[in-house]
Amino acid sequence: MYKPVKTVIWLGVVALGALAVGGIALNRGESINAMWFIVAAVCIYALGYRFYSAFLSAKVLALDASRATPAERFNDGRDFVPTNRWIVFGHHFAAIAGPGPLIGPTLAAQFGYLPGTLWILIGAVLGGCVQDFVALFCSIRRNGRSLGQMARDELGPIGGAVALIGVMAIMIILIAVLGLVVVNAMRGSPWATSTVAATIPIAILVGLYMRGIRPGRVLEGTAIGVALLLLAVFGGGWIDANETLRSWFDYDGPTLAIMIMIYGFAAAVLPVWLLLAPRDYLSTFMKIGTIIALAIAIVILNPNVKMPAITQFVDGTGPIFGGKVFPFVFITIACGAISGFHSLIASGTTPKLLANERDARFIGYGGMAMESFVAIMAMVAACVLDPGVYFAINSPAGVVGAQAADAVAAISSWGFPVTVEQMNELAREMGEATLFARTGGAPSLAVGMASIFSNAFGETLLAVWYHFAIMFEALFILTTLDAGTRVARFMLQDMLGSFFPAMGRTSWYPSVIICSGLVVAGWGYFLYVGTIDPLGGINSLWPLFGIANQMLAAIALCVATTVLVKSRKVRFAWATAVPLVWLVVVTSTAAWEKLFSPDLRIGFLSHANDLASKLQAGTLLGDAAAQAPRLIFNDRLDAALTAFFLITVWVLVIETARVCHAALSGRRCPPLTETPHIPSRLVEDWVRD
Amino acid sequence: MIDAIGQVSRWLGRTWAALREATGDDAYERYLAHRRECPAQEPHAPLTRAAFFAAEQRRKWDGVRRCC
Repeated sequence: MYKPVKTVIWLGVVALGALAVGGIALNRGESINAMWFIVAAVCIYALGYRFYSAFLSAKVLALDASRATPAERFNDGRDFVPTNRWIVFGHHFAAIAGPGPLIGPTLAAQFGYLPGTLWILIGAVLGGCVQDFVALFCSIRRNGRSLGQMARDELGPIGGAVALIGVMAIMIILIAVLGLVVVNAMRGSPWATSTVAATIPIAILVGLYMRGIRPGRVLEGTAIGVALLLLAVFGGGWIDANETLRSWFDYDGPTLAIMIMIYGFAAAVLPVWLLLAPRDYLSTFMKIGTIIALAIAIVILNPNVKMPAITQFVDGTGPIFGGKVFPFVFITIACGAISGFHSLIASGTTPKLLANERDARFIGYGGMAMESFVAIMAMVAACVLDPGVYFAINSPAGVVGAQAADAVAAISSWGFPVTVEQMNELAREMGEATLFARTGGAPSLAVGMASIFSNAFGETLLAVWYHFAIMFEALFILTTLDAGTRVARFMLQDMLGSFFPAMGRTSWYPSVIICSGLVVAGWGYFLYVGTIDPLGGINSLWPLFGIANQMLAAIALCVATTVLVKSRKVRFAWATAVPLVWLVVVTSTAAWEKLFSPDLRIGFLSHANDLASKLQAGTLLGDAAAQAPRLIFNDRLDAALTAFFLITVWVLVIETARVCHAALSGRRCPPLTETPHIPSRLVEDWVRD
Repeated sequence: MIDAIGQVSRWLGRTWAALREATGDDAYERYLAHRRECPAQEPHAPLTRAAFFAAEQRRKWDGVRRCC
């Protein structure tokens, strides 16, 4: 295309993007159409991709198409395979996009739509996409090494050890909080519980089919599985209507937590082909299919966003989680803006598939932009609900009161009118007994998705859409739970193996059982306490998860900054150093507040002390008194973990500064471990853009 | 008309092949093709479809594969 035409097109994108962002930022009072969010997001990602990622590729990283990638050099037809870039993009996106970008924005909507939306857009373009891209690049230039290995090589043994422990800790907290989201979606809902339960035998059936009947026929197995899953959604409605059957699937939170623990243990110990792998095929198909359907539905329907741009809860008094907009919006929305976990994927499977180094831009930067778009859609789905309804679903009973009348009175008094009749009618439409205090984000996202889907694709079947959305969320939350437990088990076996060699043998059954048991006990503990916490558990666990995830991102950016400095690119090191500094500021402030804030809903220690003094004074009665010692212990444990994360980040930052300073002043430091340039032989066969 | 049918069927074929590659449905065929190209890499006889699939699944799930 002629250059002037291109310039005009890009100027048009800039103007449209500015108009859309200005529109959503300056809108006050009136409801605003969701299309503005989509237009703003698409324009910002397009500009970020076209200009900023081009700058990163050309100047900062100097991607070199003539350099053979690990996939080309070690091509074994299995692990290392040069693959078409669209297919690698699909694999990478399916791997990074989990429940995080759906849940975080839903919770952060308590501040109004604006803080979360701006953070998702700016954080992704300048932070998250950069992190994923640079981590992928570093790994490609190091034979596909993992983040932990790169931290050890580039920063030395301290950096390596910190990265390893950080990954382990984030796994435990992540699984606990995701488990809690599923438990809250299934609590007292026979339809949701039976549908989610049905995914287990369906996955096993698909596993048996792909293993024994038609080995390796992934598409056939998945098609059968998806059909059965859809049947299970309808079947759940039928079970819910039958008095006897529904009592088999009606459980409270703590019981469901124990069931999830038993399930997680089984999934980690059983062979992968039986449960984990087939569940993953199903969840990947459902995930990609549903996300595309949601995007189409939002475009067709153009719903109006009813949430105000900014609510009064930016002052820290929000019912869903305590804390001011700074730093808590940046902690609550991790996935979707910047997620440290992605650096594990970008330094795991993906670098072993790239046929050309230049594809790293499309896959690393572009993949994260796509995930960020999912987060924008989740924000839209949360904000199209009536704010009163949104707060009624997401506020824990410990904040607004356990009785429906108390809850609606409290929420209406904040200026978000809602009535008991309205909530009962909504619950009836969705096929649920109640929608009050269904914390965790999944039920409110499901209500939002159900209303969007039913309006776009036919008014009927609201309850079916609702339970479809719950099934879709539970399906890939449980995949993350299975896979996470298994990976954490391997890590634990690896760590214990250095003290007791027998424990390090990954197929030795006593070691498998003990390590899986320890991992499940770790996350199971946090999950169980979350279910008995009167504030709903999400209130304390989600910020902890956000801090852990941002800590991991800080680790990845520390490695990336060190690599840039050692490669004599100091003048471009700001590209990773600026997001790193921002993350360190945000994580440290949030961790400090979670530790020492005198506000009972923010500070773990002040909450523990308050409970302890109430317990001593005898003002707690019944269940509250019985559970208080456990909640006090849990608060102190959460505080210890937060302190640990805070110290970890700072140890790594100081270590990074030390290594960078040594590299710049010519003193001894771990050398750059980049593999030498080997010319690619694939490059002439490929027609590139 | 025949041209159009030919084009549509070619397009469908390409889409189907891409779908199979993206999902790993054709992983065994690609493994065999790779073996034919580089016979020296693994000296033993090629794995059967079932054995290949089992080994692949074990390998795939030994690392971090899914994110939050």
